Amino acid sequence: MRFRFQRKKSTDRSGDLSGITAVDLLDEVSAGLFARPGRMILTVSGTVIGIAALVATLGLARTAGNRILGRFDELAATEIYVTTQPVADGETPEHLPWDSPERMQRLEGVVAAGNLATVDTNGALISTSPISDPATQTEFELPVQAASPGMFNAVRAKVANGRLIDEGNSQRADHVAVLGSGAAIRLGITSVAQMPALRIGDELYSIIGIIDRVARQQDLMGAVIIPEGTARKEYGVTTPDLVVIETQIGAATLIAKQTPLALRPDNVTVLKIASPSEPKRVKDAVVNDLNTLFLLLGGVSLLVGAIGIANVTLVSVMERTGEIGLRRAIGATRLHIATQFLLESTSMGFVGGVIGASLGTFVVVGVAAFQGWTPVLNPVMPILAPVGGAVIGLLSGTYPALRAARMEPVAALRTGT
Amino acid sequence: MPDQPPSPTIELRELSRVFPTEPPVRALEGVDLTIYNGDWIAIEGPSGSGKSTLLNVLGCLDRHTSGTYLFEGMDVSTLTDRERAGLRGRRIGFVFQSFHLLGHRSVLENVMMAEVYRHQSRHERRTRATTALEKVGLGHRPDFMPTRLSGGEQQRVAVARALLGAPSVLLCDEPTGNLDSKTSDMILDLFAELHEEGYTIAMITHDSDIAQRAERRIHITDGHLQEAS
Ligand SMILES: Nc1ncnc2c1ncn2[C@@H]1O[C@H](COP(=O)(O)OP(=O)(O)OP(=O)(O)O)[C@@H](O)[C@H]1O
Ligand SMILES: [Mg+2]
Repeated sequence: MRFRFQRKKSTDRSGDLSGITAVDLLDEVSAGLFARPGRMILTVSGTVIGIAALVATLGLARTAGNRILGRFDELAATEIYVTTQPVADGETPEHLPWDSPERMQRLEGVVAAGNLATVDTNGALISTSPISDPATQTEFELPVQAASPGMFNAVRAKVANGRLIDEGNSQRADHVAVLGSGAAIRLGITSVAQMPALRIGDELYSIIGIIDRVARQQDLMGAVIIPEGTARKEYGVTTPDLVVIETQIGAATLIAKQTPLALRPDNVTVLKIASPSEPKRVKDAVVNDLNTLFLLLGGVSLLVGAIGIANVTLVSVMERTGEIGLRRAIGATRLHIATQFLLESTSMGFVGGVIGASLGTFVVVGVAAFQGWTPVLNPVMPILAPVGGAVIGLLSGTYPALRAARMEPVAALRTGT
Repeated sequence: MPDQPPSPTIELRELSRVFPTEPPVRALEGVDLTIYNGDWIAIEGPSGSGKSTLLNVLGCLDRHTSGTYLFEGMDVSTLTDRERAGLRGRRIGFVFQSFHLLGHRSVLENVMMAEVYRHQSRHERRTRATTALEKVGLGHRPDFMPTRLSGGEQQRVAVARALLGAPSVLLCDEPTGNLDSKTSDMILDLFAELHEEGYTIAMITHDSDIAQRAERRIHITDGHLQEAS
C-alpha cells in the first residue's frame, strides 16, 4: 500500500520528490498519539463523554418517548367530540341526529359512540325519596344529563354499583337514573342494594347504578344521568348536545373527517368536530420535545469534546514545534505535516466515537432494564457515532493542523529542541 | 583524483538574503561560494554574522532573495516546495546544535525517521539504520531512549540519521555547540572519518579551534564571505 499525495511528475527530478507511504504515515500518526498516552486518553475522554451522552440521550428519548406515547394514546388520540356550530341569536340552532351513535358505529374504527344532552328541568331540584332525615338538606340543585346507552362506553365509565342504562330503558322512557359518584355522595346514596330512588321535581326515578370513574367528560361525576328516551319524553329535549366517540388508535383523524357526512349528509358544515391532535403528531410532538432537549445536551457535550481535541491538538502542535521543524528538514512538506496532525485528531475522535457509542448503548440498555422498559435503539448509531467522532476530530484538528503546516521550518527548528 | 576536477556539489553566485523587516536586514550579501564533492568546510563568524542564514539557504530551509544557487547543477530557485522538500529529505543531511531527536522514539527509530519522507519501502530500513548507528559507534544501543544518552551520544545519533541514505552533503549548524570539548573532539573525529570516506561536510562554528579541524575555512562577517587560503 503506497501512495503519494500528488501524482508523480514525469520530470527527471521526480525521483527526488518528497512523499510518504501510507504505512509510514500511519506509523508516525500512532507514534505521535502514543507518545503521550495519558494525555491521549484524557483528550479522547471528552469525545467519549460527548458521544456517549448523545447516544444515550437519543436512545433514552426514544425509549422514554415510547413510554409516554403508550399513556397518551389511550385517551387523547382516540377521542372525537361532535357538537353543532353555534348560531347567532334568533336563528334556530342546528341539531344532531338522535341516531348519531348508530351512524358512527357503522364507520370502521369506531370503538364506542354515545349522545349526551343537558336536561333543562326548569329549576326542579333533586331529592332523595323517601325523605330520610328532615334536619339535613334534602333538596339539591344537581345537573341532569341525558345519555344514550353507548355513551357510558364512549366515556369509559366504570360502574361502582348496580348497572348502567340500557337500550330498553331509553326506548320505554323508564324513570331510572345513574348517579355519578359525586352526585351519589351529595344525595347520601352509597349502594343500590336497597333500591333507592330520587325525585326530579315531583317525578320519581329509581337509581339503578353509580359510576365512580369516567375517562372523559368528568362533569358526569356530579350529575344525575337519565335515559335519552326519558329526557325526550319528559323534558322535550330535541337534540343531543354532544356526540362522544372513541376510536381505535390511529383512526381518530380519518373518522373525524368522515363524521360530518355520516351525521349530517344534508349539511356537513353545521357540525363542529373536535378531534385532539392526530396520534402521530402527539407522538412526534412528545418525542421531538424530548429529542430537542437531549440533542442539545448531547450536542453541548460533544462541543466540549471537540474543543478538548482542538485544544490538546493545538497544545501538541506548539509543544512539537521542534519536531515539526525536524520533519520539514528531513523532507516533509506542509501537506505531510497537516495530514499527520489531522489524522491524529481524527483518530482520537474516531476512538472516542467507538467507546462513546458503546457506553451510550450500555446506558440506554441499563436504564431501560432498571425501569423495566423496552430499550429502543437506532440501529445506525453504532456506525454513525464513530463516523461522527471522526468528523469532530477532523474538524477540531483543522486549525491546529493548519498552524503546524504554516510554520516556517527555520523558525520551527530554532524554537524547539 | 588529480586528473579529474572535483565536481561542485553547491555553487553560490552573488547570492543575497535580505529579511524584509523594517529596516531590512541584509543577512547575506553577494556571496560567492563553491563547495566541492568531498569538501569539509567550516563556516566561521561572530554572532549575527549570517552563518545560520547561509546554512538555512544551503539546506533549502530558507529561500535566497537574489543571486544563483545551484545544487548539483540544479537551479534551486526553480524548484517547487515539494521538490525542495524532496531535496532536503534525500540529498541533504542536517545536524543541529540541539540534536533534534524525538524523545519518545528509540535511538534506532530516530535514525529510521530519515527515510520516512522518501516514499521508500521499509524493507531493510532497520538494517540500514543499524549500519548507520554502527558507523557513529552506537551500534550497541539501538533500543535506548535518546533522553538516556549523553549529549555526545545524542549528537552521534543525529549524525547517523543524517547519514542514512548517503546524502550529497551534511549541513551542521554548531554541531558541537552543546557539547564539552572532549565530546566535541569525538564528534570532530567522526567528521574527519566521514570526510576520509568522501562525505561532503559544511559546518558552522564560531570557535576557531573547531574550524581548524576542517579542510577549508571560510569567514563570514556582516553577511560577507571571505575564504582563508
Ligand atoms: N527571520 C529573520 N528576520 C529578520 N532578521 C533575521 C531573521 N533571521 C536572522 N535575522 C538576522 O540576520 C542576521 C544573521 O543572523 P544569523 O542567525 O544567520 O546569525 P548567526 O551568524 O547564525 O549568529 P549566531 O552565531 O548567534 O547563531 C542577524 O542580524 C539576525 O538578526
Ligand atoms: Mg546561528
